[in-house]
Amino acid sequence: MLFDALALQLGYNATLVTIGATFLGIASGVTGTFLFLRKRALVSDAISHATLPGVGLAFIVMVMLGGDGRNLPGLLFGSAVSATLGLLIVNWLTRRTRLAEDAAIGAVLSVFFGFGIVLLTVIQSMSSGRQAGLEGFLLGSTAGMLWSDAVVIAVGGAATLLAVLTFRRPMALVAFDPEFAAASGLKVGQIDLIIMGLAMAVTVVGLKIVGLILIVAMLIIPPVTARFWTDRTDYVAAIAGLVGGISGYIGAAISASAPSFPTGPIIVLVSFTIFAVSLVLAPNRGILAALIRHVRFQRRVHMRQGLLALAQGQPIYERLTLNLLRRAGLARADGVATETGRARAAKALRDEKRWEVVRSDRQHEGAAALYDGLREIETVLTVDQISEIDRRIGGPKEAVAP
Amino acid sequence: MTGEEFVPLSLTPMLIGMFAAVACALPGNFLVLRRQALIGDAISHVVLPGIVVAFLVTGAVSAWPMMIGAAGASVVAVALIEAIRRLGKIEPGAAMGVTFTAMFAAGVLLLEQSDTSTVHLDVEHALYGNLESLIWLDADGWGSLVDPVALAGLPEELIRITLTLIVVCAFVWLFWRPLKLSTFDEGFAQTLGMRTGVLGLALVIVAAIAAVAAFDAVGSIIVIAMFICPPAAARLMTNRLEVQIAWSVVFALVSAIAGYVIAGFGPMWIGADNAVSAAGMIATVSGILLAITAVFGPCRTRSGAPVE
Repeated sequence: MLFDALALQLGYNATLVTIGATFLGIASGVTGTFLFLRKRALVSDAISHATLPGVGLAFIVMVMLGGDGRNLPGLLFGSAVSATLGLLIVNWLTRRTRLAEDAAIGAVLSVFFGFGIVLLTVIQSMSSGRQAGLEGFLLGSTAGMLWSDAVVIAVGGAATLLAVLTFRRPMALVAFDPEFAAASGLKVGQIDLIIMGLAMAVTVVGLKIVGLILIVAMLIIPPVTARFWTDRTDYVAAIAGLVGGISGYIGAAISASAPSFPTGPIIVLVSFTIFAVSLVLAPNRGILAALIRHVRFQRRVHMRQGLLALAQGQPIYERLTLNLLRRAGLARADGVATETGRARAAKALRDEKRWEVVRSDRQHEGAAALYDGLREIETVLTVDQISEIDRRIGGPKEAVAP
Repeated sequence: MTGEEFVPLSLTPMLIGMFAAVACALPGNFLVLRRQALIGDAISHVVLPGIVVAFLVTGAVSAWPMMIGAAGASVVAVALIEAIRRLGKIEPGAAMGVTFTAMFAAGVLLLEQSDTSTVHLDVEHALYGNLESLIWLDADGWGSLVDPVALAGLPEELIRITLTLIVVCAFVWLFWRPLKLSTFDEGFAQTLGMRTGVLGLALVIVAAIAAVAAFDAVGSIIVIAMFICPPAAARLMTNRLEVQIAWSVVFALVSAIAGYVIAGFGPMWIGADNAVSAAGMIATVSGILLAITAVFGPCRTRSGAPVE
């Protein structure tokens, strides 16, 4: 069943929803990247909650005009209008009053959502006997979706994706360095509006699939995930698009395979799984990488200190140090140095002395700045410089590096 | 309206709404000033999986296990946010966004998977509560307020939210000076030897307690609105924290009362016969109050902002 869904074999609607969710995932991942880099990720939360009264009002207006209240393009248009209003209010509150952006976001989010709930209860009493099904917009529902609705979503997702790809360069510039962007003649305010507008488009298209409460996850989780894998803006956007697309595709497919899997939460949980895997496994920024770095560093410190202790004839009680030395064949289990161990220890002690000279000499200021107690002196100074230092140290010459 | 109708049907929901509003608005003042306003939003999302898990474990919709589940979920969420922020070096807003959406999604999925069709537990209920249903059936008029038999039948949500309100008030009262100092000048508070980190955590915990108790009674939408709107509106009225808190309590009470009344009786005034959601209307009224203060409030601009 799941395989059928992944292979797009579960009928036209499921296929269209899956394709739409994939497009939507890619578009939201890329758009979210710019929001995330602008540090305005949570603005999308206000935008998405602000869609609800628009949906309700659009329904009421369409019914009053004698049409079918469930017309999806009409509902989406209404949601876009109220989301725009919410976005403008967040901007206005942040700019013109002393309220910080988080308070403005929270206020718009809760008030619009509350008013939307009021409208939903009005609609429930209005169309008594006729299930409006607007609750589906809260958490997304693709079950029983009309063919035309699925087409709207697929086309909307594709159009949003196209718009995102068109504007990606200026948006990346503004997200990464607004001052430079302004100096290069870009209108930062306008680009910001485009970013927000695209976030709104993603929200509106995603309403039916993911639902307004969880759509914000599609804008936030993929970029945060992508950030683990790279430090380059364009790569972050590309990877975020990939993560979003994969979660949309797999999530929609899983949810199509069984009735008790709601689409929105599944898509979000798939992307959160990818996020969790990245958090643990990503090179450089991941937890595992950090752990490995830590253990390696610890071993280097223990090794170094162990060698210095051997060289100075001090006994080693620390178990990890002893184990490391023994495994490297530098010491026996009772802590006595082997032949190679003695040679390496002498070298370590000599290096320590060399560093001492380097650090006390103004001439080697640059090299001395690199001293951290672990760095091999050969990686910093040339052979000539080292032998010059050795000449200054003098002393026994027979103990050399193996 | 007579006492025979008002006391059983409207008094307790109104009181619960008012107490919940004030219990959220008080810590909300500090959260808004500390730019942590969205914590209320995050808490009200993450408690859903906790409540569902508590239901799955106990098999019944009972208050205390659910409160414990909600508290557990909040702790998990705070730990997750901190872990993502520290380990992944992600900015706090995004870390919060990742955590609360994922946990909410998990809660919805659990809810859909489990057999909750026989009990009153669904996402809509969690979102906008059921303030209207918290009626006091044992009352038959104002006299019931002194009748011990009738008082024993008070909805337990009222008792819980009252206790919560007392805890919140006590916290703000006892830690007034350190709270005020560390909110406005954390560095100075630290030099005085205050443990601002612990205090900040305590504030979040108190906010979480208020959120969970209010959530249980009135749903998450009032929680978010009351954490932010009354304090934000009060912030635009004054420069003094004492006055701001007084204003925020006034705004919270006005929102709760006016919201409840408009939701219950407003539709009848214009000829419709069905009441609308009280929780949604309370949030709407608080938003209208905020809009009025944002346009007319005496202290609405930043100090030093250019006059236009």
